[in-house]
Amino acid sequence: MKRIDWRGALLRPQFAALAAVLLINWLLFPGFFDITLQDGRLFGSVIDVLNRGAPVAILAIGMTAVIATKGVDLSVGAVMAIAGAVAAVLVTGGASAIFAVAAALLVGLLCGLWNGILVTYLEIQPIIATLVLMVAGRGLAQLVTEGSIVTFSDPVLIFIGTGSLFGMPMPIVIAAVLALVATLIVRKTALGLLIEAVGVNRSAARFAGISSGLLLLVVYTFAGFCAATAGLIVAGDIRGADANNAGLWLELDAILAVVIGGTSLLGGRFSIPMSVVGALIIQAMNTGILISGFSPEFNLVVKSGVIILILVLQAPMVSQWLRARTVERKAQ
Amino acid sequence: MNRALRPLVATTAIFALAYIAAIIQFPAMLSTRVLGNFLTDNAFLGIAAVGMTFVIISGGIDLSVGAVIGFTTVLNAVLIMWLGLHPLLAFAISLGVAAAFGAVMGAAIHYLKVPSFIVTLAGMFLARGGASVLSPDSIGIKHELYTTISKSYILLPGGGRLTVIGMIMLVVFVLGMILAHRTRFGSYVYALGGSEVSAGLMGVPVARTTILIYTLSGFLAGLAGIVFSLYTSAGYSLSALGVELDAIAAVVIGGTLLTGGYGFVAGTFIGVMLQGLVQTYIVFDGSLSSWWTKIVIGGLLFLFILLQRLVFSAASPRRKVFWKT
Repeated sequence: MKRIDWRGALLRPQFAALAAVLLINWLLFPGFFDITLQDGRLFGSVIDVLNRGAPVAILAIGMTAVIATKGVDLSVGAVMAIAGAVAAVLVTGGASAIFAVAAALLVGLLCGLWNGILVTYLEIQPIIATLVLMVAGRGLAQLVTEGSIVTFSDPVLIFIGTGSLFGMPMPIVIAAVLALVATLIVRKTALGLLIEAVGVNRSAARFAGISSGLLLLVVYTFAGFCAATAGLIVAGDIRGADANNAGLWLELDAILAVVIGGTSLLGGRFSIPMSVVGALIIQAMNTGILISGFSPEFNLVVKSGVIILILVLQAPMVSQWLRARTVERKAQ
Repeated sequence: MNRALRPLVATTAIFALAYIAAIIQFPAMLSTRVLGNFLTDNAFLGIAAVGMTFVIISGGIDLSVGAVIGFTTVLNAVLIMWLGLHPLLAFAISLGVAAAFGAVMGAAIHYLKVPSFIVTLAGMFLARGGASVLSPDSIGIKHELYTTISKSYILLPGGGRLTVIGMIMLVVFVLGMILAHRTRFGSYVYALGGSEVSAGLMGVPVARTTILIYTLSGFLAGLAGIVFSLYTSAGYSLSALGVELDAIAAVVIGGTLLTGGYGFVAGTFIGVMLQGLVQTYIVFDGSLSSWWTKIVIGGLLFLFILLQRLVFSAASPRRKVFWKT
């Protein structure tokens, strides 16, 4: 069995970036790493980063699998809104919370399945296939909530968003479990390899005997499931379903998290844990900007700066230039 | 009939049928007033969609247009109201900034070899954030030129008004059609969308064309921003949120192939009008809520993608292109 190279893994630039962002936060706000236990739940800025980063991390888990197949899912934000709306409307209509959660997750699965069918059987490019649901999805969510913000006081749904288990806020627990299960499934079975094969070359994968259609269907359905889970968390957090704003632009954050995590948009090699780290980097930056007193809009500028930096570092031209320089230095 | 024009004919037929159906239900919709409002209300969308058409024909995508529109409205407002510049000078500066912004994105797409999707996503964040940094609040614009422009129009027979911004959109569409179908740059764009490698081998200046395409898209987004600020007499960093999606939808509904290499500027015009029709119908009906617009547009988008799929899988051997840089 292959031993995991922990030292190599921890030296990756993503961890360095996360450490740098956390360090800057700590310099700006010396109490950043303080964690207190209150009423059986942990509190502190670091916990807050994890808690706030959980929805994007969950989206990023599904998005990683989709991007590894050379696709992209733009509809996750809209699916979050739909799932939240379904759960809220069912609960306020008198249904049991378990049923509402199950229904919301089922709707998420169906949305993902729809995307998967468009991509697999109608062979539409993923970016366009999922654009349909991105445009229509928010309308559908508003149809479910009839245009208003549906608030609820159901303890189970609120627990998903704001409760805690063993001192850890629920969103963190859910995200961690989902990340762990997904990582184990793709790495302890051949599934991860198959996904990479489809992402690198779909035709070749098919000729090698991989049922790439079914695989794509599963991957998009999983992304829909992840989106519905994130939608439930966000709805539980604000104790209501806001069809207009729930998950707005989070698809872009999720894609960014995956790209920061090192998964190439051209498909192939992927890493779910690194995408989660990417989501945490984004959230740590958000929190840092908030506690340093800048306006939240400033966030967007910083985010775009980070994307540009990553793009430049990943560009073939730059890496060739760097390689040429190291070769030169060795020659001297 | 030229089979290459089929998607365009299909779009036009659907628009005509939908309009007739709407008129049968609400006879008042058949008036130059309604048509004039179509043009005025969707002017900024139409102008941005022309730029998007070129980008999509070349096989790329530009997610930054909505943000650039928002940024331009704020920049305009800041230049006119805070710095006291004449609006015409402010327009020139805004257009220059927007075009330069597009050029930088085009250069990044070509030289860094990254999908246009992710570069323009960064551009979107940057433009939206930049606008908020300039001014997070809405700035009202008060200037004689603004009032003059919003008050001047050509009276159409039947009481309709062809406003200045409606005319700007029509002119942009005509120029766009000429540029796409009658110039060397236009054929380069189509060649690039067909296949970047073959286009390069044929002698198409790939770098220059890519940069010019995104410069054009940025410039037109800037123009759309000016039109938007004329339309609302204000500059606001969050204006035109999600317009990139409407523009992409208009282009696709207009029959342009998302894999690139094929499409019409005229089709985009019909796509924009069809979206205007949906919105107007919902206003006329009164009982339908505004969110139906999104659902219907999503449905139309799906319908046209399906249509393209059927037409093209029958006409040509299957192409498998997932991502274009």
